[in-house]
Amino acid sequence: MNREDLAKRILDLLTEIAPDVDASSVIPGIDFRDQFDFDSMDTLNFAIALHRELGVEVPETDYSQLASLDKCVAYLGPRVA
Amino acid sequence: MPSEFRLPALGADMDEGTIVEWHVVPGSRVKRGDVVAIVETDKGAIDVEIFEDGVVHEIVVKPGTKVPVGTVLALLETEGSPPAPAPAGEGRGGGHTPVPAPAGEGAGGVREPSLASPPASSRVRISPAARKRARELGVEVESLQGSGPGGTVTLEDVGKAGQGGGMRAAIAAAMSRSKREIPHYYLSTAVDVTAAAEWLAAHNASVPVTERLLFAVLLVKALALTCREMPGFNGFHRDGRYEESPAVHVGVAVALRGGGLVAPALMDTADKPLALLMDEFRALVSRARAGRLRASELAAPTIILTSLGDATVDAVFPIIQPPQVAIVGAGAVGARPWVVDGQVVPRQVLTLSLGADHRVTDGRLGAQFLAKLAQRLVDPGSL
Repeated sequence: MNREDLAKRILDLLTEIAPDVDASSVIPGIDFRDQFDFDSMDTLNFAIALHRELGVEVPETDYSQLASLDKCVAYLGPRVA
Repeated sequence: MPSEFRLPALGADMDEGTIVEWHVVPGSRVKRGDVVAIVETDKGAIDVEIFEDGVVHEIVVKPGTKVPVGTVLALLETEGSPPAPAPAGEGRGGGHTPVPAPAGEGAGGVREPSLASPPASSRVRISPAARKRARELGVEVESLQGSGPGGTVTLEDVGKAGQGGGMRAAIAAAMSRSKREIPHYYLSTAVDVTAAAEWLAAHNASVPVTERLLFAVLLVKALALTCREMPGFNGFHRDGRYEESPAVHVGVAVALRGGGLVAPALMDTADKPLALLMDEFRALVSRARAGRLRASELAAPTIILTSLGDATVDAVFPIIQPPQVAIVGAGAVGARPWVVDGQVVPRQVLTLSLGADHRVTDGRLGAQFLAKLAQRLVDPGSL
């Protein structure tokens, strides 16, 4: 999966677990928490969705690397087929 | 003899609701607890359950109609019983008097069993995100002039309309009433929760991602068990007197993105294992944010937990939601200097706070309550 496809996939998952987030307004370099009050429940749901859809199990200790779209792409890039 | 199914009050601050759709038609057989209608309120779209068994005789209020709390929504044939007392205002209604439907007005006066007309809101061109936002804010989309292409109602239109109205107004009313009527006292205590945090981290590292727990679930369970031990904090103050609640239903404050909050209950919290509470908590938050809570969940809380850990504050001093008599706040769990055996060491520390009703309890009892709650977190195995 190239970088662009991965980013799109992540955005899809993000809006699936948080349907009240407007996908078109997500700024890649800014933390989800600062953009739309992403909380620990959202992060857990996001980790579950990543595991289900991309087959990547993100340990709790790596949650900080899922904080923004850019960070997600950097972290997940090498981990998805 | 038909019994009247009325719009229930869903808390101290709800005066009216708009019927969005019916899940039943005349002739439908219903059981107590069945969801029979969706009602838009200041707290979002709520699934409203019926209060007794029977057969639907007549749908009185059409979809799209806004009616006051207490309005007869439908008539029900029950098993030869006399008409049931109106459920609104009873029990958890927070002292609301059922309001009769305004006679002769378009709203409330409609008596038409037809289900043919779709919800009025479906005629409005509006994006799904904007519709969700409108639900959260309690904005009636029918009343909006869309500024988008072809008159589509946009997120921005909804946001403008929501300022100062809907959910904001409902929160303002409930909190003002609380501060006017309830003599609050506040206590807080910092707790070393290293054992609980380590237990949680070890648990979460050893189970599949779907079975991970959040710290908030430990808090919810610890609070429920503490309430069972100290019933002076778990109940309702109404009409000048306090009634303990035999059941413990911990309400969890859920912040909605972009403003507003709701506090639906995790039912029978003290009786459930952590894994089950976590599943229910996850579902509850997701439905709260999608605007799909059940009436019973909003009316049920016997005490509320508000956890602002994600907002990275140390402590929160919350306002009681009447007719409840206590509310517990939790700040962020984080490393702090802590004295153990005369040495300063880093420990994971959480500040718990209690807002309680001085008409019912005193600070001394409140201190015991917080101490018992803290003790349960020191010993996560007890949860």
